[in-house]
Formats: sequence, structure tokens, C-alpha cells
Amino acid sequence: MRKFALTAIAAAFALTAFTGTSQASGDAPVPKAQDWSWQGLFGTYDRAQLQRGFQVYKGICAGCHSLRFIAFRNLEGIGFNEDQIKAIAAEYDIEDGPNDDGDMFTRPGKPSDYFPSPFPNDKAAAASNGGSIPPDLSLMAKARMHGPDYVVALLTGYEEEAPEGFDLAEGKHYNHYFPGHQISMAPPLYDEAVEYTDGTPMTLEQHAHDVVAFLNWTAQPELEARKALGLKVLLFLIVLTAMLYAVKRKIWRDIEH
Amino acid sequence: MSAPVWNNKVVKWVDDRLPVFSMLHHSAYEYPTPKNLSYMWNFGSLAGFVLVTMILTGIFLVMNYTPHTDMAFDSVERIMRDVNYGWLIRYMHVNGASMFFICVYIHIFRGLYYGSYKAPREMLWWIGILILLAMMATAFMGYVLPWGQMSFWGATVITNLFSAFPIVGEPLVHWLWGGFSIGNPTLNRFFSLHYLLPFVILGLVVLHVWALHTVRSNNPTGVEAKTPQDSIPFHPYYTIKDLFGMGIFLIFFLFFVFFAPDFFGEPDNYIPANPLVTPPHIVPEWYFLPFYAILRSIDFSIFGVPAKLLGVLAMFASIVVLFVIPWLDTSKVRSSKYRPVYKWFFLILFIDCFILGYCGKKAPDDYFMGIEGLHVIVMGQLATLYYFAHFLVVMPIVGKLERPKPLPASISESVLKGGANA
Amino acid sequence: MSQTVQSSGDHAPDENRRDFLILATTAVGVVGTGMALWPFVDSMNASKDVLALASVEVSLSNIPVGQAIKVMWRGKPVFIRHRTEREIKEADDVALNELVDPQTDDARVEKKEWLILVGVCTHLGCIPMGTATGETRGDYDGWYCPCHGSHYDTSGRIRKGPAPLNLEVPTYSFLTDTSVKIG
Repeated sequence: MRKFALTAIAAAFALTAFTGTSQASGDAPVPKAQDWSWQGLFGTYDRAQLQRGFQVYKGICAGCHSLRFIAFRNLEGIGFNEDQIKAIAAEYDIEDGPNDDGDMFTRPGKPSDYFPSPFPNDKAAAASNGGSIPPDLSLMAKARMHGPDYVVALLTGYEEEAPEGFDLAEGKHYNHYFPGHQISMAPPLYDEAVEYTDGTPMTLEQHAHDVVAFLNWTAQPELEARKALGLKVLLFLIVLTAMLYAVKRKIWRDIEH
Repeated sequence: MSAPVWNNKVVKWVDDRLPVFSMLHHSAYEYPTPKNLSYMWNFGSLAGFVLVTMILTGIFLVMNYTPHTDMAFDSVERIMRDVNYGWLIRYMHVNGASMFFICVYIHIFRGLYYGSYKAPREMLWWIGILILLAMMATAFMGYVLPWGQMSFWGATVITNLFSAFPIVGEPLVHWLWGGFSIGNPTLNRFFSLHYLLPFVILGLVVLHVWALHTVRSNNPTGVEAKTPQDSIPFHPYYTIKDLFGMGIFLIFFLFFVFFAPDFFGEPDNYIPANPLVTPPHIVPEWYFLPFYAILRSIDFSIFGVPAKLLGVLAMFASIVVLFVIPWLDTSKVRSSKYRPVYKWFFLILFIDCFILGYCGKKAPDDYFMGIEGLHVIVMGQLATLYYFAHFLVVMPIVGKLERPKPLPASISESVLKGGANA
Repeated sequence: MSQTVQSSGDHAPDENRRDFLILATTAVGVVGTGMALWPFVDSMNASKDVLALASVEVSLSNIPVGQAIKVMWRGKPVFIRHRTEREIKEADDVALNELVDPQTDDARVEKKEWLILVGVCTHLGCIPMGTATGETRGDYDGWYCPCHGSHYDTSGRIRKGPAPLNLEVPTYSFLTDTSVKIG
């Protein structure tokens, strides 16, 4: 009987496991798995890396990509204090209104404001970008297969010349990891794209990792709280379950079963 | 079964007028349960526990969710980011759906293996299938609510199934949508029904338990309890066993919630719905994959009936066939433990369902597990063929031809003799 | 449940151990269930985005002496009245022992000419009349709540009627002479 059940379970798992691993769709290669500070049961974000990533987002990505689920007040999560947040917010012009005269006006940002979109609407975004709308980045790190690994691969996967015989359309760029290889976004990052002040090497690789770490935070700001609570909850449940097992043994002691 | 004596005056006063306490006493305390139930019998109560969890988390999600195509996605993100513990409640609800199906599928396979559908438990079995159907409808409509890309396109594909029916097809689909495509009216009605159906499921569960307590629990031997020695009271023996199982289950469930919350999900559903772009690879949630494979495997027409309609019919038939198995199974023995031949067919069916699931996940033109020349669509067709053959051919024939092993005279006897292999 | 449980005295010391184990497990289980309910309760508290909007800035330059405006703050109206000399004097001249909820006018304002109040009647939450020009201001030249007839004076203090407390003063600070931040 036991053997029988084991056969069934083994077969089932073999199939399930196989479904998981060979998911590469189309002709894009599987991105290389990266080491991230937030992996594992005890993983946390590296605040310094998130701030560098924010610097990259602000200096490079924000020109075309919105971050509409993030408010300035959220930056507390990457280690900025209240005054720093106020200063960052004040750098942005936010449209507000209508005022008492019925007109819309712009004012400096406040911590409760959200990051403004670089374009007033999707049509404007498409018009400025050769017909493609730059996607919002708030959830990018979990909105693609292989998540952060994919985004790093994409940012570093450009090729200056398309391979021999590849028909690259006008205004497109060749990227190994983009489905179909033709991407509208020009290579956004390069060595020394932004100036780090903490001595971290300013390489393309490093910029890409930092900005993706930041984007993983924008996608999962709850990650650290989630894992911390999870450890406590699981520990509690293991104790409780062990106690329940002991009670079960006691109660069933006199029963032949 | 003696009527309980209530010492507490308030309890007695209430019970004399509405015997709720007596009812609880009979069904959750004194209920005579076979003493040889294995841990496979834990999954019914676990499924009930998940149902309660889903209703509870769902009620609290609704307090912050907005059922409008312009706001649904953002309101879900607000739950994840701004509502206190919103991420926890939502991730419990999302993973709870998968847990519900895990419990229920194990529960169903247990019933199939031990012949729990056979007389006199047909009604019990039927109500169970109705619960499964209601769960599927609920899960499908719930998946639409966050209004991501998979929500939108999953809804489009599944509702389009109904367009397969001749003549009524198109009006039916437009009626389901409340327009010419999936839109705000669709989202609103799905939300309404997604809130309603869990309570229908709850009602069906009450009937399920009622039927169970009328015909009593089956057990691993499939031999009915005959003497008082065969049974033990539900409380404390099975309450504690269920609670222990619940502890194990919660560790499993909450591990996903806290450490791999998106494990069962699709990344595309974190992209807001866009009616102009279909994601390159649409797959349903894992619990629908076997049915999706059956649907897709019919790529040919028979006697002029188009493939699309046949696929839809095959998919519905794969569940309808479960209603008739109490009569398709001709064996005199319930439990597969004593059925040396059928046991192996059961194993094939079990693996077959996983093969179907695999095929549902893959693109039809992929190779099955990388085997050169064996396309997923072909494997899906073979698996579909076996699925139906199992119930329509194997069950009646094996039941007639097979010579079962000798049954124990009673549950007590099997416990005393074969404690080792139970 | 009050059902008598059949207890056998066969192995008494063991029974005790079993009882203790069951008691301890029940206690842990109950505590766990209690803690599990907290996230649900807390999810109904004000969320982070709501808390972030807890302050507004108002320009005072458009309010002539003797008039008042209403602004929204935390979903409630705030009355800002530019008081006249007479109104200020009226508020100062009241003896504290005449008041239901004794408070000096000085304790209720930062600048004498500006009276800033949460415009919600302390009785049952209606909005008192008296802010817009021409509305009745009640017997004490302040506000009058039409729901149950509470009269407030020129400092927003309750003078007559069922309301138990003075109109609440929100936390605020003057950013400049003509602009104030509420909250």
C-alpha cells in the first residue's frame, strides 16, 4: 500500500516539476539567475542598493517610465527620513487644482503625492516613443516571467548590431532577451550613467542590478514585513502542531487503529 | 444514540425550543466514526476550513476593493500597499484558492480510491461534485476581479466557450458579457456572483455533511461498521486528529503566503488589463489545467459537429461522467485496497490527470516532456481518451472480471490483523 | 458543553498529565486564533494613504473680516472665521462659570482674529449653520445646529442645547500671516 502511494506521488511530482522548469517560451533565452539580497527565508533589502537604484530610476528611467503606485512618502521604505523625502518631493512639479479661480496649477510635490507620469496620457507617450508606450515600472519586477532576473538580462542584453540576416525594423534595437528581439527602448544604461557617491563601481552591470533591486522594492514593498511575520507565524505553528500531535497521541493511546 | 442531558439551564432552555445543541452534539461530538480512518480522511474538514478562511478574507478584501474596470487594478494595489495587513489578507485569499483545490482534489481521489461514491453514498458524492462545480465558477470569477491581463483574457477565452453552441451561442455570450466584449458590466456581475457563490457552497457543504452523517463515513476497508467496536465517537478522537492535520496544513499553506506568495500565480496578472493586446501564452490557473487540456485536445470534428463545440462538450462531460460512476462501477467491493487489478488502473488515472495538467500548461505544438516527435496535443488526446475510457470502459469491465481479495469480516478485525499495512 | 464526560480513575497520575497537555495546547491555540484575527481588525483602521492626507494648507487672504469659509479636512468641514472686533470682545467677555464646557477664548485660538474649528456638532455630528453669509448664527452670534438646536458662541463654545462640548479646535499652525496648515 505504502509503495503504491509513493509511486503515485513520485509520478505526479515528476510531471509537475517538469512543467515548471521548461517554461521558456519562444526564442528568447532563459535569463541567468542572479543573487539578490532579498532571497531566502531571511532575505532583506540592501538600503544602500535601493537608494542607488532610485538614483538610476530618477536619472534615467523616469524620463519615459512612470511609477504610478509609488508615493514620495513610500521612500521611507528605502531608508530616507522625513526631511529627505520632503526635499525629494519638492523637486517635482505636481499638477493640482482647481484653485479658487477654477484653474489648474502646478506646485512643488508633497510626501503624499505620487511620482508624476512623464507623459500626460498614453497617446502622448506613444507619440513620443515611436508608437510604443513605455510601461509603468511599479510592478515590473513581478509582471514578467523570471521577474528581476529578466529585467537585468534585458537591461544588459543589448547588441549594437543585429546578427547577420536579422531584419531589424527602423527605430528598433536588438536585444537577446526581449521576445522577438526587437525592442523600441534604446539601450538605457551604460557605464557611468549616473554618478554614485558611495564608491560603488559605476558599471552597466552594477547600474542594472541596482535599479532592478529598486524596482523589486516598488513591486513588493511589503517583502521584509512579510518575511519577518512569516518566520514568527511558522515558528508558532510548528510549536502548536507539535503540541497537537502530542495530544493526539495521548487521546488515541487506548484505541486500536 | 441517547439524547444528551443538558445541565446548563440556558442551554437546556434553548435546546428544548430549538435543538441546536443536540444537533451539534450528534454531529460533531457523538457521531460514531469508523476507528480506522487514515489521514486521507482529513481533507474534507481541511477543505471546510479553507472555505471559511476564503469567506473571511474575502469579506475583508471587499471592504477595500472597487469593482470598476478603471479602478479595480488600482484598488487591489492599494490593498497590497496601503491597507494595514492588506497584503496578508490578499495573499491568503489568492493562495487559499489553490489550497482549496488541493484539498478538494485529494478528497475526490480518496473517494475514488476507496469507492466512497458507491451505494448508499451516491447523494453524498453528487453533492460533492456540485460543490466542485460551484468552486470552479467561483474561482474563475474571482480571478477576473483584479482586472489584470490574465483576468481579462481568461474571462474572454472562457466566456467564448459558450459561443460554441449553435444558434444560442452568440446571444448567450453577449448576455454573459452585458455588451459586445468583456467590460464593466461583466466585471460587476462577476463580482456580484463571486460574493454570492461561496455562500451557495456553504449551503451545499451543509447538505454534504448531512448526507454524510446519514450514511456514515466510509473507511479504508470499505466494509461498513457493524458492531460498536468498529466505531469511536467523533470527539475527541477525530476532532484532535483534524486539528493536528490542520496544523500541518497551515504550515504548508502559510509558507506559500509568506515566502512564495506568487508561486501559483501568473506574472501577466500584474499588468493591467489591456483589450488591445493578448498575452503571448494564455494559461488558466493550475487547477483548471486538466480540463483545459481536454478542451484543447479535441481539434477535429465528428459528423459535422465542429471541433470547438466538441471540445466544450468534452470538457463538460469530463465532470458529468463523475455523476454516473456509482453505476459504472460494477465491483461488489468498495475499497481498491482489495481490488488487485483496479488499483493499478486507478494509479494510471491519477497520473493521467497530471499528464492532462501538463498538457494544459504547454503550447499544443511543444514536445511532451521534450520527447522528440510527441506533440503535447497528441499526448493530450491520448490522456483524454484514457480519462473517459477509465470511467466508461475500465470501471464496468474490471469490476465484473476482477477477483477481489478477501474482505475482513469487520473493521475491528482488519485493525487487529493488519495493523502493519493500514 | 455540559455533557458529563465519563472519567475512569484507572491511571490517575497520567490523567493529570494529559489534562495539563490539553490545557496548554488549548491555551496556545486560543492565543494563536486571537492573534490571527488582529490583521483583519487592523485592516479596517485608517490605511497609509488616508493617514498621509491628514493635513491641508489654506490661504486666508480672500476672507474679509466678519465672514467665514468652510474647507474639507479629513473628510470633515473646518470653519475658518475672520472675526470682527465685536465678536472677539463678545468671546472674551463671557464669565467661565456661565459655560457648559469652560474654556477661555485665548485657549481656543492662536491669533485673535482667526477662529478655526472642526465644524461638526459635538452632539450627534451634524454641521452647524452660521458660516455662510445670511445663515442663522443662533442666540450667541456663533453657530446654530439645526438638528437638535445647539447654540455656539463666537468662540465656538456650546452655550445652549443638547451638545455636551465646545466645537473641536483642530491642530493647526500659521505658515505665513495669510496661510495656515491644518493637521
